[in-house]
Amino acid sequence: MTATSMTATSTTAIGTLAARLRTVLGTDRVISDRQELRTYECDGLAQYRVVPALVVFPHTAAECAAVVKACAAAGVPFVARGSGTGLSGGALPHADGVLIVTAQMRRILELAPADERAVVEPGVINLQVTRAATPAGYYYAPDPSSQQICSIGGNVAENSGGAHCLKYGFTTNHVTGVEIVTPDGDLVRLGGRAPDAPGYDLLGAFVGSEGTLGIATEVTVRLVRLPETVRTLLAAFDTTDAAGAATSAIIGAGVVPAAIEMMDALAIEAAEAAVHCDYPAGAGAVLIVELDGPAADVEAQFVAVERLCRDNGAFEIRIAADDAERALFWKGRKSAFAAVGRISPDYIVQDGVIPRTALPDVLRRIGEIAAEHGVRIANVFHAGDGNLHPLVLFDDAADGQAARAEAASGAILDLCIEYGGSITGEHGVGVDKAKHMPRMFTADDLDTMQLVRCAFDPRGLSNPGKVFPTPRLCGEVPGRHKGAHPLQEAGVAEVF
Amino acid sequence: MPFEGVVMPFEGVVPATDDDAIAGVPARWVAAPASTDEAAAILRGAAAHDLTVVVRGAGTKQDWAAPPRRLDLILDTRRLAGVVEHAAGDLITVVRAGTPLSDLADALAPAGQQLALDAPLPGATVGGTVAVNTSGPRRMRYGTARDLLIGATVIRGDGVVARAGGKVVKNVAGYDLGKLLTGSYGTLGLITECVFRLHPLPAATAYVSRRATGVDDAGRMAAAVLGSQVVPSALEVDAAPDGGIVVTVGLEGVPEGVAARVTTARQLLGGDPTVSGTAPDGWSAYPWGPGDVGIKLTGALSRVPALLAAGVAARQRHGVPLAVRGSAGTGVLYAGLPGSCAPETVAGALDDLRAAATRAGGHAVVVCAPPAVRDRVDLWGPVDGLHLMRRVKEQFDPAGRFAPGRFVGGI
Ligand SMILES: Cc1cc2nc3c(=O)[nH]c(=O)nc-3n(C[C@H](O)[C@H](O)[C@H](O)COP(=O)(O)OP(=O)(O)OC[C@H]3O[C@@H](n4cnc5c(N)ncnc54)[C@H](O)[C@@H]3O)c2cc1C
Repeated sequence: MTATSMTATSTTAIGTLAARLRTVLGTDRVISDRQELRTYECDGLAQYRVVPALVVFPHTAAECAAVVKACAAAGVPFVARGSGTGLSGGALPHADGVLIVTAQMRRILELAPADERAVVEPGVINLQVTRAATPAGYYYAPDPSSQQICSIGGNVAENSGGAHCLKYGFTTNHVTGVEIVTPDGDLVRLGGRAPDAPGYDLLGAFVGSEGTLGIATEVTVRLVRLPETVRTLLAAFDTTDAAGAATSAIIGAGVVPAAIEMMDALAIEAAEAAVHCDYPAGAGAVLIVELDGPAADVEAQFVAVERLCRDNGAFEIRIAADDAERALFWKGRKSAFAAVGRISPDYIVQDGVIPRTALPDVLRRIGEIAAEHGVRIANVFHAGDGNLHPLVLFDDAADGQAARAEAASGAILDLCIEYGGSITGEHGVGVDKAKHMPRMFTADDLDTMQLVRCAFDPRGLSNPGKVFPTPRLCGEVPGRHKGAHPLQEAGVAEVF
Repeated sequence: MPFEGVVMPFEGVVPATDDDAIAGVPARWVAAPASTDEAAAILRGAAAHDLTVVVRGAGTKQDWAAPPRRLDLILDTRRLAGVVEHAAGDLITVVRAGTPLSDLADALAPAGQQLALDAPLPGATVGGTVAVNTSGPRRMRYGTARDLLIGATVIRGDGVVARAGGKVVKNVAGYDLGKLLTGSYGTLGLITECVFRLHPLPAATAYVSRRATGVDDAGRMAAAVLGSQVVPSALEVDAAPDGGIVVTVGLEGVPEGVAARVTTARQLLGGDPTVSGTAPDGWSAYPWGPGDVGIKLTGALSRVPALLAAGVAARQRHGVPLAVRGSAGTGVLYAGLPGSCAPETVAGALDDLRAAATRAGGHAVVVCAPPAVRDRVDLWGPVDGLHLMRRVKEQFDPAGRFAPGRFVGGI
């Protein structure tokens, strides 16, 4: 079968599928109008755009399952989409596929503070969980900077992190159960309200699988008791080296802060321009250090943190007097990505991880990369766990700058790998970094990961083309695929 | 020549002895490779000769789970030992799977750090602990092996060596295979190396304990602690066969903080609790001994009192000295019965406990039991997603070489 006849076949297939889906969802929740479809052509990484063949809005898990079942029967790929804030093109649609948007599955099904759990639909916005739990004295700990808009389903798929993950862990540590639609269209529960369900930890494998193992239709999350005390300080240093040394000293003293965040001079400049956060003038780097927990513990450790910052050259330390001041400290940090838009027409948000102790070396090397490529790079990062977010600034209108920015951004990932780190700490691989996976993992490593894909989705229908640069053939599945594998026929897969 | 006249199937294996039998199943060969490469060669040899393989760590709990259906080769990880790297500044360690947890603790302690996993049985190896995902009281604060493992090297049944995860705490590149391997009972592959995130050793530790007047009182104490700000590292209940129930709060942190929280914890428990710097008897140990029946009970936090009540009721109804102990802070309890109990009696008690666990949103799993009991009862109970688990096993180990029959659903 040739690629062209595939497309011809799929056009008819899509027409039939659309009719089928309208009987399941009604006409208004199945979109096929080209203009309307364009709304969904990209996620938060707008450089990749693909208009999907259909967009659907299920209201319930059963509807979601019916949609996937229909896709499976028709052999049509499908992609889940939450709020579309992903930064790696994970929710990039498939041109011949169905985009399943969870935005109308936004009910918090249950709040159970006595069980330290909440049960929510996948489209529920991250911050809504905390808002709902706060009156009872609880909150949902993973706090991506996008928490006002991103969905819990998206968080599960990306294993999202946030500033406070240093102490509290990532999404994977806060999800105890999911109900999923498998790529066959079956509803299956993995985990639940209690820990340690018997059998393989498929829940652990599902979290962070970027929509490639099926669609989460219900999520059970941990609720954490709101801390008794929160103390936050902002420390200004002459250099990122000094701020890095302070970070190491804090961790080395056995303190586990809720968060340690760093911004360099360029990032501070951007934040000032955008949100007037009024950080200390002349700082080459600022650290935001937050401690939370029982009052007596926090007080004792906060004194130690303040001293360690001073010992390592902090020339100004501000301590948040109240929630309002704390919010102001965080405002600069949390708005940093968007803020660089004020000082540069275009920018790339990179996401890489290094061992924290390599921070000074790596920042120096990033400076060299910027000089070599003739671009400016602002650094914002989760210093406590070595998760860098270099922002590569460029002007798309200027000749060749985009290509140089892209090259600089790639060189930073090489640097992360060279220092034994990772090509992504929280934004995921998606479509954007699939090509980098072979630099971090061997062919055998990737082959082994894809065994999981083959177990869940042997036909590769669930968010194909993401995470892995080359899909693996899954071998004979009884009763299916006689002859050559469809992916092989279509020329999209090779035999490992 | 120790094995004169015996023809080995391939290099690196020696004949097994009677002592090598696993859960009553005799083995034919034993291999103890000293490196990942040697282990891969052994597994390729096993594949070539179509041998089934059971991985053995310290062998402390080889009678856990079901006995293997067939056992040709024991792959012993004793020589795959040692700490490869301890990056104290990055709070991570790389350690070979055969390393005893206690050796690892000794290696980390000088830097004031720990792998925050309780070892319910002395001698357990890192690999065995990951493979069965054992946990103890401090899981309330630190989680279990699944939360602390950030990277692993695994050898598949076809001898292919694969690495998952990495050496940094934050990493979302690709699937989290470490989670899949954790608790897989050696049925997916041989783990040769693990990377863990570490925690600082606490400067101060205290245990506040009080005897409850009954299940309701224990439940009240647990709920009071959970709703408070004492941030315990552990919240344990211990219901002995003689009827006594003790609730213990484990606190860790800086000395000033622990002192303040001890005061609060005493008020929350009420009465006149004891405070100690050392753990009470039975801390982090299962409430059973070698040869006994051990059952793991899980449920939603608010249902822990109901699980305790079910244990007490089963004790009376079936006339058995059933002990229940575990984490009221995470909803994971363990029930122990003497190995001398009639299989029929154990089956009756298990039915009651399983019904209670199901009502509590959790499970009752028999983790170890004498052969007669194992034959009589359903060890695992209902398992969600079993068909997907079978497909995972088929993909990783299509020849069914690793510990066939040991895991859920006969995997
Ligand atoms: C300004 C800004 C700041 C950000 N800050 C952070 C941060 O601090 N930390 C962080 O980790 N990320 C951050 N992100 C990235 C992004 O917000 C997260 O990845 C988020 O989890 C995506 O959620 P979403 O609902 O927007 O998912 P989408 O973008 O819609 O989808 C993301 C992926 O999840 C899949 N998916 C969505 N729903 C489901 C489902 N129900 N079942 C299965 N798969 C599903 C999609 O197929 C896709 O692969 C930031 C993004 C922006 C724009």
